[in-house]
Amino acid sequence: MSIAATQKRGFGAVLWDYLTTVDHKKIGILYLIGGGFFFLIGGLEALFVRIQLLVPENDFISAGFYNEMFTMHGTTMIFLAVMPLLIGLMNYIMPLQIGARDVAFPFLNSLGLWLFIFGGVLLNCSWFLGGAPDSGWTAYAPLSLQSPGHGIDFYVMGLQLSGAGTLIGGINFLVTVVTMRAPGMTYMRMPLFTWATFITSVLILFAFPALTVNLFLLMFDRMFGSAFFDVALGGNTVIWQHLFWLFGHPEVYILILPAFGLFSDVFSTFSKKRLFGYTAMVFATVLIAFLGFMVWAHHMFTVGLGPVANSIFAIATMAIAVPTGIKIFNWLATMWGGSITINSSMLWALGFIPTFTIGGMTGVMLASAVADYQYHDTYFVVAHFHYVMVGGTVFGIMSALHYWWPKMFGRILHEGMGKITFWTFFIGFHLTFFVQHFLGLMGMPRRYWVFLEEQGLDTGNLVSSIGAFLMSIGVIVFLINIFYTIKSKKAPADPWDGRSLEWSIPSPPPHYNFKQEPLVRGLDPLWIEKMEGKGKMTAAEPLDDIHMPNSTIVPFIMSVGFFIAGFGFIYQVDHSAWLSAVYVGMAIALGAMAFRSLKDDHGHHITKEELEREAD
Amino acid sequence: MKGWMGKSKVIFLLGSLALILAGCGKENLSALRPKGYGADSSMNLIILSIIIMTFVFIVVMLVYVVVLSRFRKKKGQEDYIPRQVEGNKTLETIWTVIPIILVIILAVPTVVATFDLANETGSEDGLNIEVTGNQYWWHFNYEGQEIQTSQDMYIPVGEEVHLNMVSSDVIHSFWVPSLSGKMDANPENENNMYIEAHEEGVYWGKCAELCGPSHSLMDFKVIAVSPEEFDQWVDDMQSVDPDEEPEDSVAQDGKAAFEENSCMGCHAIGSSPAQVGPNLTAFGDRSQIAGILEPTKENLVDWIMDPESIKPGNKMTGNYPDLSEEEADSIAEYLMQLQPSEVTPESAGD
Repeated sequence: MSIAATQKRGFGAVLWDYLTTVDHKKIGILYLIGGGFFFLIGGLEALFVRIQLLVPENDFISAGFYNEMFTMHGTTMIFLAVMPLLIGLMNYIMPLQIGARDVAFPFLNSLGLWLFIFGGVLLNCSWFLGGAPDSGWTAYAPLSLQSPGHGIDFYVMGLQLSGAGTLIGGINFLVTVVTMRAPGMTYMRMPLFTWATFITSVLILFAFPALTVNLFLLMFDRMFGSAFFDVALGGNTVIWQHLFWLFGHPEVYILILPAFGLFSDVFSTFSKKRLFGYTAMVFATVLIAFLGFMVWAHHMFTVGLGPVANSIFAIATMAIAVPTGIKIFNWLATMWGGSITINSSMLWALGFIPTFTIGGMTGVMLASAVADYQYHDTYFVVAHFHYVMVGGTVFGIMSALHYWWPKMFGRILHEGMGKITFWTFFIGFHLTFFVQHFLGLMGMPRRYWVFLEEQGLDTGNLVSSIGAFLMSIGVIVFLINIFYTIKSKKAPADPWDGRSLEWSIPSPPPHYNFKQEPLVRGLDPLWIEKMEGKGKMTAAEPLDDIHMPNSTIVPFIMSVGFFIAGFGFIYQVDHSAWLSAVYVGMAIALGAMAFRSLKDDHGHHITKEELEREAD
Repeated sequence: MKGWMGKSKVIFLLGSLALILAGCGKENLSALRPKGYGADSSMNLIILSIIIMTFVFIVVMLVYVVVLSRFRKKKGQEDYIPRQVEGNKTLETIWTVIPIILVIILAVPTVVATFDLANETGSEDGLNIEVTGNQYWWHFNYEGQEIQTSQDMYIPVGEEVHLNMVSSDVIHSFWVPSLSGKMDANPENENNMYIEAHEEGVYWGKCAELCGPSHSLMDFKVIAVSPEEFDQWVDDMQSVDPDEEPEDSVAQDGKAAFEENSCMGCHAIGSSPAQVGPNLTAFGDRSQIAGILEPTKENLVDWIMDPESIKPGNKMTGNYPDLSEEEADSIAEYLMQLQPSEVTPESAGD
């Protein structure tokens, strides 16, 4: 069904379409909407933090509220904003890049989305129900155990739900890449964004179970009287940190690798050159992912693990600089000798290089264990991870949005506004975070509600807060750009002279993506065809009926069930009557599972005749 | 005219010097102004890593600038197709091998320093202090000396002082930036580190691990004095008699009120190891009240009347009967007179 048909329907019909969709493109858009919404909330929370730290000994918000603010800022940005935005992009683009008509498990894809949405909503309900979590996004025990109220319980249940959604999504991507590549699309012909999606999914597969287990331990301690982290009863609080970082360190690579992949595509497209050192780039990605699992204890240099552990983890961490360095130089070499177009998308990619280099440098500095005794838990660390997470991942998302917007929505974002967004955000970002390196070394620990007068921290904090406002202006201009673009002219199928398969089909693509599976003859398949004068992909199969999955509301209902059960788990501590919510919620979820298992759903076919009609 | 010029030069010089120094943060708080063994060790590695990393950054930026100035799409070349280069083994080997070498240059001194700072020999006969982190204050027990203090830790200059750290509640992190890097105080096991101050001074310490609402208010001081002054301080502290009556009548009332309102249930004066609340033996000598307020009687009265407004979430709030302003005033007077030693933060130059 084409976009024109969609526009004729009423709001209710569109809503129902999106609630029941199993189309990876619509799910991708829902991820972008959900992630974007939480990104705005997370940004608002960051602004509260920076307003509080505008001047010394400020009393704009109370100490407890401040702790909730930065806890929710971190949790929201990592779990509910940046990761879903990336998963949204992967969902939309990766199947197109490998020439697939959908993902391997469309039902699971939808389930993953709704689990993320309801997990995020559950977590944010805490604001209105007695207070948000307040122990930092890392929720270290025993502080998270003794935290009063239900804030941490919302953290546990919300993240458990959305984490399950992410895990499901990751498995789905893995199977999709392994099984659904178009004829000729060998592993070593996949675009780097697809490679990054693949490797990231491996990371998700191995990292998220550690989080799941950890959240269960905390859940049992807080809700059911166990004592995994209760020292008085023989528990151990450091276990939380090990399990948390066993998940948490790979998590930062889950966030950065897709951005690396995206930049590889953007640099080569806008330099009109193939990626320099493709094989090295792929292996660097694999190596970074592997090392990402070996270095979790570098978050724990001051925990008292002893010199042997600290040395091993210090060296392993420094080693990551090598494959990352390979990537930076290969990107530069990709542009070298090219014909570089600088537009909004490329600006973000170009801004990424110096910014991320600084973030990587401070990463190596942090790896030096004894130096880290000074940096650890200070604003130096805050500066470092924002250089990596914003300078790498958020820049990547912005570049990707400008790059793929025409593909996804059939419109090109306004260039002028795109450039204003970039420059205000870029300058604001460096104002905000560069000074924080120095603030940290000058004695400002992170998560400080106030800093005292006459400690030399005033100017730096003021500059930092001003920068945060500039960044907000950039985001606002971007929002205006989105609304402005709704009415702009239609985008062609291939507006950037692209190289990979997604540019070979219309913008936005029909819901079956490829009328006929394309035949892939090498890296940058579309580019090859264009260079040989064909301009379009050769079909690898005759035009025939296409099998597509049916829409279903079951994943949505299943997620609602878990959502209700989540409230039950949280409040059964206060009164056992709340256990009924657990039973009801689980009954809904299990009932939905039974329905899904017992009822055959064979999907539907788009007939050859329909396809021929739509082509006209 | 010349004189004026000379003056302006001096002002300019001092001004720029002040700016540069201000850029390094407050003296005795900043890690960029190391004044102790551990802080030196960290600083050396910080400088080494900055040199290496600046080199890397400059190389990247040089290539970046060249690329952007030479290879932008030019007018009239819209149809120009660059050569599609697959890669270059030599180049790629170079930018693999050089980073490995740079990493090794940083890794070796890192490992050496890591083991050096973990060196625990000497704790047998040296000064050992058991440090306990509490929400939101620090307790110091001078092992074998029968001395207990809170918030202010006195140490002798030039000696290795071994700290054995635990926490009584949640995880805290002991950090005195200008003396040494930080070490966590965990509830389940003892962590060890040593500090050594090169010169006398009052060094600012902070808690670096989120520990609750008043995390940012958990300041303390390490006061480094000469070894002679330290010995004297030890003598003075050991000869404190907790039952000694103060001289003036207000303070006597204060002592009575202090006892009547069962303040002693949590606090202690002398070498009693009670640790629910801070030990108040040398309260009158403290450089600050509650770690953050100027040491004036008015501030102490405010603190006693409503601790919650000063340190949210502290464990003193609501644990004693309501006091009248007068009672609080007399208690403050009594506490401010607890000055058992001639050796005070002023001795260290504060």
